[in-house]
Amino acid sequence: MLAKRIIPCLDVRDGRVVKGTRFVDIRDAGDPVERAAFYNHEGADEIVFLDITASVEGRRAIVDVVRKTAEVVFIPLTVGGGIDSTTFIQELLQSGADKVSLNTAALRNPALIREGADQFGSQCIVAAIDACRVVNAGQDAELKWEVYSHGGRKATGRDLIEWAEQVEEMGAGEILLTSMDADGTLDGYDNEMLAAVTGAVGIPVIASGGAGNLEHLYEALARGKAHAVLAASILHYGTYSIADIKSYLSSKGLPVRPVNI
Amino acid sequence: MNELVIVDSGSANLYSIFKACEMISLKPKISDHPGVIAGAKAVIFPGVGFFDHAAKGLQEKNLAAALLEVIADKKPVLGICLGMQLLFTESEESTDSKSATRGLNAIGGKVKRFPADLPVPHVGWNKVVPVTEHPLFNDICSKTYFYFTHSYYVEPDQDRFTMALTDYGFSFTSAAADGNLMGVQFHPEKSGPAGLRLLGNFGKIIAENY
Repeated sequence: MLAKRIIPCLDVRDGRVVKGTRFVDIRDAGDPVERAAFYNHEGADEIVFLDITASVEGRRAIVDVVRKTAEVVFIPLTVGGGIDSTTFIQELLQSGADKVSLNTAALRNPALIREGADQFGSQCIVAAIDACRVVNAGQDAELKWEVYSHGGRKATGRDLIEWAEQVEEMGAGEILLTSMDADGTLDGYDNEMLAAVTGAVGIPVIASGGAGNLEHLYEALARGKAHAVLAASILHYGTYSIADIKSYLSSKGLPVRPVNI
Repeated sequence: MNELVIVDSGSANLYSIFKACEMISLKPKISDHPGVIAGAKAVIFPGVGFFDHAAKGLQEKNLAAALLEVIADKKPVLGICLGMQLLFTESEESTDSKSATRGLNAIGGKVKRFPADLPVPHVGWNKVVPVTEHPLFNDICSKTYFYFTHSYYVEPDQDRFTMALTDYGFSFTSAAADGNLMGVQFHPEKSGPAGLRLLGNFGKIIAENY
């Protein structure tokens, strides 16, 4: 049986990490390579770099970050943010990334998912989806979520479940699902949204947005049926270590990869 | 003679495996030249992507003959992921028809697609249970997690070729060997400390072979 994955997400701007307060013990807390190595050492199962660089020129920095990370970190590495062509996907994969996550560019041009999957294999292509609950859908109406693009700034009118089924059909190997309602609240993942997506698609779903405590992580995996949890704040601010998370999940009966092997 | 050659068949990201080898003090050379590969002391044969494209590429670049020569000389060879699958007789993975695609046939057996009721690709960390005594798994505990990402798996035609098993709804061969010819379905270069240890064991097999 597959282990449930714990994935730290590092936001990177112009080649520097932008969040985190617990890293007094590493030389340069803003260096994504050092931070990735730190989490690798702590027992993370994968690392995600989310490039939030605004400028096209600044994006070159992420290629260098990936290359340097791949020299010292021997666990899977996913890169997302501003990836809009198979040429750029290829460059990232050749630099040592294992997967790329596609978001806005895939909404604008869904064929990019198929092209990426055909050229590099489904295992490399992660569809990142940001979604928000649709309120006022009527009291008896079923829950619905709308997909947003541009880092959650633009409503697309697309229904979450339809889009999730479409990205799977086009060859995405995984879905990285962020609840915009839950993101940043530390109140827990949107488990109803997770369960709706994991029930609709066969590919693995990574839960993102809202984790504030260990129970939240467990709930996303057990109730939401997520295959992996992405965590930022609770790791970067030192609320929990990867070992804390894994020993808790393990005590609740979930399979996790032990940290010290 | 080169120490260790990583075969560049054009279908894999070689950067991570190259760096992982360096990390454990192996000094590999990346090559797509049949002469260099045939003259290597040992070979790592990685691969991702489609079986039929890769199998065709090996023939076109004359790499198949070079690999078979290395294998016939009983030099240590480690196939990784698709590289392991290509060591087998044939694969169900074929884009043009219902007919199977031929591999190198260095280990007898078939490459099959996971049953439709399982989530595919099989992506993530799963337990590997060695079932034979092979130095590739020295000092690696049974049920150690390794990182997988694949949609097809190998089914050797003789049980003795199965070096390790992994459970994904059913038990499949996650590592195979015939003496110095070895293959792993998982990615040691992405499997953290356990993966580096396995590559280190491969390094020891090379050293003991000479």
